[in-house]
Amino acid sequence: MTMPAISVKGLIKRFGDVEVLHGIDLDIPQGQVSCLIGPSGSGKSTLLRCMAFLEEASDGLIFINGEPLGYASGPQGKPVRLPAARIRAVRSQIGMVFQQFNLWPHMTALGNVSEALKTVHGVRKSEAEERAMVQLKKVGLAERAGHYPSQLSGGQQQRVAIARALALEPKIMLFDEPTSSLDPELTGEVLNVMRALAADGMTMVVVSHEIGFAAAVCQQIAFLDNGKLLMTGTPQQIFGKPRHPRLDQFLDTYLDRGAAMLV
Amino acid sequence: MSWKLFELLVQASFYTVLISFISITIGLVIGTAVSAASLSPNRALSISGRTFVSFFRGVPLLVQLLLIYNLLPALGLNVPSVVAAITGLSLCTAAYQAENLRGGFQSVPRGLLEAADMAGLSAFQQFRRIKAPIALRLALPSLVNEAIMILKASSLVSVVGIVELTRMAQDLAASTYRPIELFSAAGLLYLIINWLIASGGSVFERSFRWGRP
Repeated sequence: MTMPAISVKGLIKRFGDVEVLHGIDLDIPQGQVSCLIGPSGSGKSTLLRCMAFLEEASDGLIFINGEPLGYASGPQGKPVRLPAARIRAVRSQIGMVFQQFNLWPHMTALGNVSEALKTVHGVRKSEAEERAMVQLKKVGLAERAGHYPSQLSGGQQQRVAIARALALEPKIMLFDEPTSSLDPELTGEVLNVMRALAADGMTMVVVSHEIGFAAAVCQQIAFLDNGKLLMTGTPQQIFGKPRHPRLDQFLDTYLDRGAAMLV
Repeated sequence: MSWKLFELLVQASFYTVLISFISITIGLVIGTAVSAASLSPNRALSISGRTFVSFFRGVPLLVQLLLIYNLLPALGLNVPSVVAAITGLSLCTAAYQAENLRGGFQSVPRGLLEAADMAGLSAFQQFRRIKAPIALRLALPSLVNEAIMILKASSLVSVVGIVELTRMAQDLAASTYRPIELFSAAGLLYLIINWLIASGGSVFERSFRWGRP
């Protein structure tokens, strides 16, 4: 069996006194698209952010291609924090796309995509911009390279954000509700870019409310409810009948949002 | 008022501009460091940053200038009075600029820094490439305001023996018995200089539009 791209082991996350993830064990297989679905507050975004070490786990470990991210198991089984340079090195395998795009407003699309190549990897400006253009072409925005984020639509901004992550050649792409702040007509263009990425064999983890996308594109679906992983499986296993009663209830809320085809 | 007198005032106003410009620049460098220290998670750093601000913001500039002017020689540093003047003005404006910048830094959206984290930028690279330009943009109107305040406050350095615009006007008024004309001229010169600062600020602000209309 090949090593999972991401391996989550016994992950517990508390915010103050509130425990939001109660011991999650989950493997993300290589080269596949995994979707995390679940009602609001189920902890799916927190789980994804832990996989990127944007949130630090209260307990448990996360491995990226076998290497511990953030914390490694120390003596007496207590996790020990790894040095910042080590965290950056392991994290460089991951690209992240945010719900709010988070493009840097003072840089053009081209500037956003080439920034880390120049600043972090010391690539010459001309070469960095050439490589950035390749990514902008891939998301269909080559002709918008000189535009600032404020001059782009939400869908275009999100595609630039995807290009920015891809420019660093990550092995894994994480998407945190990438279409939740977009108008329905802009959602399609972002999902199309993600579909193309999946077809290229990128390992992807997607937190999404797009149940249709999850059913059509994902090979693995994980359903979270109330900080627990209720079930994982293929779309057929998850959405086929008989269905977990909690999942049934959850899907009901999506029926009037165009997911009727699933039922 | 004769042309000769006006020329003396203009010459003195160069001194005013020079001292203010040097102090504002030094103040910006110190202020950036102080605001970064105040925001640091390191307790010792943040306490020293905030102490710096409360001292130099809480003690009148006039008292600071007199203190520094007398303190430096007492410490064995025999520096020209212009150095004492610039030191006092720089430290005072640094405290105000630090507070303006702190506001700017705190308004940088967290998500932009998370994106920078994911792109592998180190803490220093994030500061230089993301935080500083955005904070500067947010703080720019108050920084221009502060530059104007310091230019006007620079009249206080006459207490340590610097003959700048206000002092020159006073001296000339005393010898010519024409206070109204001289102080009107001095006021006009301050007004022109500050108008130039404000215009420069607007031009600078326009270069921070980042695609917005």
